[in-house]
Amino acid sequence: MILDEAWSLSPSVALRPEPFGALAYHFGNRRLTFLKRPEMAAVVRCLAEHPDVRTALVAAGVPESQHAAYADALAGLARTDMIRPRGSTRPEGMPRPDDAGAAR
Amino acid sequence: MTMTAERAAGRNRTGSLVEQFELGLAAPICLTWELTYACNLECAHCLSSSGRRDPRELTTEQCESVIDELQRMQVFYVNIGGGEPTIRADFWHLLEYAVAHQVGVKFSTNGVRLSPERARFLASPACGGYVDVQVSLDGATAEVNDHVRGPGSFDTALTALGNLAEAGFTDAKISVVCTRQNIGQLDEFAALADRFGATLRLTRLRPSGRGADVWDELHPLPEQQRVLYDWLMAHGEKVLTGDSFFHLAAFGEPLPGLNLCGAGRVVCLIDPVGDVYACPFAIHDSFLAGNLLTDGGFAQVWRTSELFTELRSPQTGGACTRCGFFDSCRGGCMAAKFFTGLPLDGPDPECVRGFGETALTGTRVIPTASQDHSKPKATRNQPVMLQLLDGPPTAPPVSACAESPLAGFRP
Repeated sequence: MILDEAWSLSPSVALRPEPFGALAYHFGNRRLTFLKRPEMAAVVRCLAEHPDVRTALVAAGVPESQHAAYADALAGLARTDMIRPRGSTRPEGMPRPDDAGAAR
Repeated sequence: MTMTAERAAGRNRTGSLVEQFELGLAAPICLTWELTYACNLECAHCLSSSGRRDPRELTTEQCESVIDELQRMQVFYVNIGGGEPTIRADFWHLLEYAVAHQVGVKFSTNGVRLSPERARFLASPACGGYVDVQVSLDGATAEVNDHVRGPGSFDTALTALGNLAEAGFTDAKISVVCTRQNIGQLDEFAALADRFGATLRLTRLRPSGRGADVWDELHPLPEQQRVLYDWLMAHGEKVLTGDSFFHLAAFGEPLPGLNLCGAGRVVCLIDPVGDVYACPFAIHDSFLAGNLLTDGGFAQVWRTSELFTELRSPQTGGACTRCGFFDSCRGGCMAAKFFTGLPLDGPDPECVRGFGETALTGTRVIPTASQDHSKPKATRNQPVMLQLLDGPPTAPPVSACAESPLAGFRP
């Protein structure tokens, strides 16, 4: 369960604050992702500072009733390497094989 | 507090992404930068009426400052075009400069300078896989392509694609403007892309620049729009579109990507002299937001220009908002309407419900161009858009001196 794991923003990703939340750009696979809520942007930004995802959600002020939904959304971000488990050894900035057409 | 910040503070943060985009972003997502108006070709439909270099063109130092500013604004990549950008002597330097400053580059080219050596450079670690190349091709055969792009341009493009593939540059893009003559070649384009390990990119013909002169002749017919839509629905996942076909969304399911006009909201254009326009297809005084040299830099223009503020305010009136399909096509393309002389709050000239055709038959005034960098005299590269007649003429042309009252009358 992702909620009990330690995660962080991928080192290849930059976050750009936007009125709706943030825009996340992965310099390796060139994927652009929209974090559609300010809370989501806050969570992603502070992941690395907390022992696990659940603590980060609490710190960002996400009510517990929404933790499962946020966990799903974070799993989606993990699939495109926007966030990764801490201690992950995947080399930085390596394009992944499923990235064709990422930047439309 | 700036206008944008005020609106951001006051705006509803829970709206859909499309609604959020319509209100504008802190920086563009899709920024096009035309580096030069100079071009070796004279394509009949050139959206920027390119040909001659503008003497006021930004210098290398000025271009570097623009890149620095884009880095500060976190504009993660820029689409570079022209003119033909690669014929600027400092093009390769600027490319490296941008990549080194975390501004990725996608550049559009007709391939003229993509020699084996340049192709190897693009595939090398110097570019860090952070450069995309789009080679323009508007026909899957020389006959169709050269008709609008000029003699020899098909061979130039294919040589460039071959050089890129040979050098190990993966996933180049073949960029196609869809016209009446090439809609029937979509499968052939896909085959060409496969042959070069490239990705196909299809975009919409706009009546912008010299495109205004040939739009009537080249824009896809209504039944071809349907063919295009069906083809995109079937192959959409493998094909890039620059989100330019959102006006087709009213056929049914929306196409993948953003289905809205991004002009001044998520999209804009910097031209070779530093003028900032709402969109690459709207190089006209009516869509000029400011100049980055004289108006305090790009960020200032993006955030505070009156034009962009207006484009980011909600559209309330207009015939289209009452149409049942408005939520699908959002009224279509602003530039397509403007350059065909249609009202901006009315239907797109290629509205798939047919409202555009009706509007085109009404009274309209096609706006005059506010800039033209076309070459004053045709060169050997100019396309000659003549077509052979189907058969021999049935009668000699009527002379101005013909005296018969029935001259030219053939019952």
